[in-house]
Amino acid sequence: MLDQVNPTKLIDFRSVCRSFPKGSGDDLLVLEKVDLTINSGEIVGLLGRSGSGKSTLLRIIAGLIAPTSGDAKCRGETIVGPPNGIAMVFQSFALFPWLTVLQNVELGLEALGVDAAERRKRALAAIDLIGLDGFESAYPKELSGGMRQRVGFARALVVHPDLLLMDEPFSALDVLTAETLRTDLVDLWIEGRLPIKSVLMVTHNIEEAVLMCDRILVFSSNPGRVAAEFKVDLPHPRNRLDPAFRLLVDQLYARMTQRAEPKVPSSLGNIPGTGVGMVLNHVSSNVLSGLIETLAAPPYDGHADLPVLAGQLQLEADEILHLGESLQLLRFAQLSEGDLVLTESGKRFAHLETDARKKLFAEHLINYIPVFGLIRRVLDERPSHTAPAARFRIELEDYMSEEYADETLKTVVSWGRYAELFAYDEQAELFSLENPH
Amino acid sequence: MALQDLRVLPALGQAFRPNVWDIVALVLVIGAMVLIVYGGEQTTLPLSTLERTPISLDPVHLPFYALRTTMRMLLAIVCSIIFTFVYAAIAAKSRRAEMVLIPLLDILQSVPILGFLTFTVVFFMNLFPDNVMGAELACVFAIFTSQAWNMTFSMYQSIRNVPKDLEEATQSFHLSGWQRFWRLDVPFAMPGLIWNTMMSMSGGWFFVVASEAITVGNTTVTLPGVGSYVALAIERQNLLAIGYALLTMLLVIIAYDQLLFRPIVAWADKFRFEQIASGEPPTSWMLDLFRRTRALRALSRPFAAVNRTFSNLQVTVPAAFSQPAVEPKPSRLVDAIWFAILAIATGYAAWRAFAYLSTSLAPSDVLSAFGYGLITLARVVVLITLATLIWVPVGVWIGLRPKLAERVQPLAQFLAAFPANLAFPIFVSLIVYFRLNPNIWLSPLMILGTQWYILFNVIAGASAFPSDLREAASSFHLKGWRWWTKAVLPGIFPYYITGAITASGGSWNASIVAEVASWGDEHLSAAGLGAYIAKATEAGDYARVILGIAVMCVLVTLFNRLLWRPLYAFGERRLRLG
Repeated sequence: MLDQVNPTKLIDFRSVCRSFPKGSGDDLLVLEKVDLTINSGEIVGLLGRSGSGKSTLLRIIAGLIAPTSGDAKCRGETIVGPPNGIAMVFQSFALFPWLTVLQNVELGLEALGVDAAERRKRALAAIDLIGLDGFESAYPKELSGGMRQRVGFARALVVHPDLLLMDEPFSALDVLTAETLRTDLVDLWIEGRLPIKSVLMVTHNIEEAVLMCDRILVFSSNPGRVAAEFKVDLPHPRNRLDPAFRLLVDQLYARMTQRAEPKVPSSLGNIPGTGVGMVLNHVSSNVLSGLIETLAAPPYDGHADLPVLAGQLQLEADEILHLGESLQLLRFAQLSEGDLVLTESGKRFAHLETDARKKLFAEHLINYIPVFGLIRRVLDERPSHTAPAARFRIELEDYMSEEYADETLKTVVSWGRYAELFAYDEQAELFSLENPH
Repeated sequence: MALQDLRVLPALGQAFRPNVWDIVALVLVIGAMVLIVYGGEQTTLPLSTLERTPISLDPVHLPFYALRTTMRMLLAIVCSIIFTFVYAAIAAKSRRAEMVLIPLLDILQSVPILGFLTFTVVFFMNLFPDNVMGAELACVFAIFTSQAWNMTFSMYQSIRNVPKDLEEATQSFHLSGWQRFWRLDVPFAMPGLIWNTMMSMSGGWFFVVASEAITVGNTTVTLPGVGSYVALAIERQNLLAIGYALLTMLLVIIAYDQLLFRPIVAWADKFRFEQIASGEPPTSWMLDLFRRTRALRALSRPFAAVNRTFSNLQVTVPAAFSQPAVEPKPSRLVDAIWFAILAIATGYAAWRAFAYLSTSLAPSDVLSAFGYGLITLARVVVLITLATLIWVPVGVWIGLRPKLAERVQPLAQFLAAFPANLAFPIFVSLIVYFRLNPNIWLSPLMILGTQWYILFNVIAGASAFPSDLREAASSFHLKGWRWWTKAVLPGIFPYYITGAITASGGSWNASIVAEVASWGDEHLSAAGLGAYIAKATEAGDYARVILGIAVMCVLVTLFNRLLWRPLYAFGERRLRLG
């Protein structure tokens, strides 16, 4: 042991920033002054909304992308390229379809130049450990999702990394498979059978984080920052129904909706951007209507606890927050302290007929989302009552990256069509006022 | 049947005793080796041997001629693959190289290959004076130029589209650039590359046959091969010999397909990038044979080991071609220097070309070449339209009947591979016999070999047409014209476009051999750019050959950019099902 004073600092980040170039030439700040330490012997969870930059942070640790500024160190050395002793498990598994399970697991060792006999021995040991015996010669496409992710784990473990990075490793799996894999992994960890020192896990699943981690860092969006840190002292194996467990989950929910609150009266919650430059995430108007109806009906009667609502609708924390924010943006509901509360117009919406709903929706779009007002104004002013999508895309790209502009335009088209505010011809990429007869 | 019993997997413990299949396979392997060595010896003989042993129409010699033709083909494909690996890798890994290499490839693709022959023959003959090798290489080079471009494109596109997560996995597990290329880029590119190699082979037969008997100015080279055999048969007006040649080619292509390509396709199935198994995997009796033969499998083990060692070699890739995880900002200064070099090189080339051409050509020559080009363009358009009107309905009719499609599809693919120029004499003799107008009746020859691309792509499209859409169409009583325009035609459109692009490109190339034809002493010629190039080649008029090639290049490129690409993009964007 080199550091006797502290537990060994595997990762030490000081004010790390990362920005990406934006369409208009400015840079989009994704990570802002992130401080992060990972010590030996802990499982750390990085909990945040999708698009909050937590995957970017993970990739900086993995040496796959470089920070724009700040100090990123692994075992005291600045990270340049993938550091030794760090292995990664991918959300999409990232297995090589043309290699068998055994060959996939051996790959990392081959890169290290381990000789064939040793390679085989270690690979078989990893396969054995992770419960893949008998599947050595199978190809990934012959395996189920859960088995494939086990290969992903074996491939990472076989190089005996100090730090195991996991990028939402269970989110591509079904509920039951994910649960089995989580418990297996936790069991191996507490039995000390994993040849690793620490784990850093990115997730947007609150319960998953509470179930597995010793420490949870809540990540806030736009730009990404570590907003809060929670210690989890519950003993393993943890019980989801344990009141202490539930309390922590509620606290996390509250923490993740909190930042939205103080800003709501002034403008638009934690939706990035303001005015025309507001980034819109596409949510189908059907889903929004459905959610409003559910909220208005008993047992909620216009007021729902987010974890309960998420449980009933079988949605992940990230998804329910996403929907809640869209409703909040449209002033149909309000997010606060882990609750979702319908506004007066939200309650009215729930009891209207289709055409009246569309009218109300249109009103709210025009009043509360500036880009709709802009499009409508342009269409009204032009003699032809048409305008190319490029006209608005250019304006959006002054404020946001190309992908966000794409997503926002998609949302604009979909909501505008539902509200019958304007028509859109996909082939000509043209907005117009006329509706087809 | 005893044969059936042998197909059962052997019991455990007998693993290394050779079986009957070992013998069959061994004979095949040794036979192939002998043939390659024998064929190879023939290519290093002095040039005078060609004159001492002229081509003979006796069918006894045909197997030998077929062997020589096949050898050229094989050599060309090996060259194409090597070229592909190097060129595509450089283009995909270096931004600055990519700026030049990819447009260059695009232009090379539209250069009429047979026009190339003129220069390459002279070049290679000078390289190996008085040796058959020069002529052989010229021929191989001609085939190579017909094969390499689309293979390279396919590989380049694959490397550029390697899934991000796999790329990150190779980086995070510290694979070197060399390892990454062999472990990720190449396997990922494999299915596309193999498909394109097969298409190239199909096209290649046409050119190998066309380039074996070459006359450039006063040099005439006749390499022993099926193409020369046919050329002689034309001179002697021997229809029977042409029949023999057709039969030989038929057998050669079937053998090539069964012994080489099907096994490769079946083997390469594992490289298809999919996480879930889908559809029936392709099969090959030849591959099964080799997988079942224990001795041969044992033999293949050292190869696998070598392959592994090779891909794990500690090769340092030049910094320009390895993609560092942490990308530095591209240097503006180096870019500027690079652009300056390119501008100077382009300017110099333009100046030299102009200086050379302007001494022997007047502006009126350019005009007349374009005039001929438009005539050939009209031919291509009319022929593609005709082929479409005929083969789309036929293809749909066949494709919607799975049993029939299963049997017709290989036939259509085979016809596309068959060198149509072997069949030209039959048509030409008819034109001569009935005194038909060559301007009209020579035209169909251009599309004789390439129309099948339309047919088999339409069959593939119609077979893939989702049955629920068909059921929906019939439940809504969609019939007649409406059924075609609302349901089927949009459904097969992307497939049809793929076929039509290939057919149109092939027809331009074929015009050089199709617009001039002879039967004995009768020489037929149609007005057109193909004939223009062919005549200039025969006269050794290099300036006009270059002019003709350039004009064709321009027309083909414009035709592709203005018509086919937009249509293709439209089909992919709007009409691709599923």
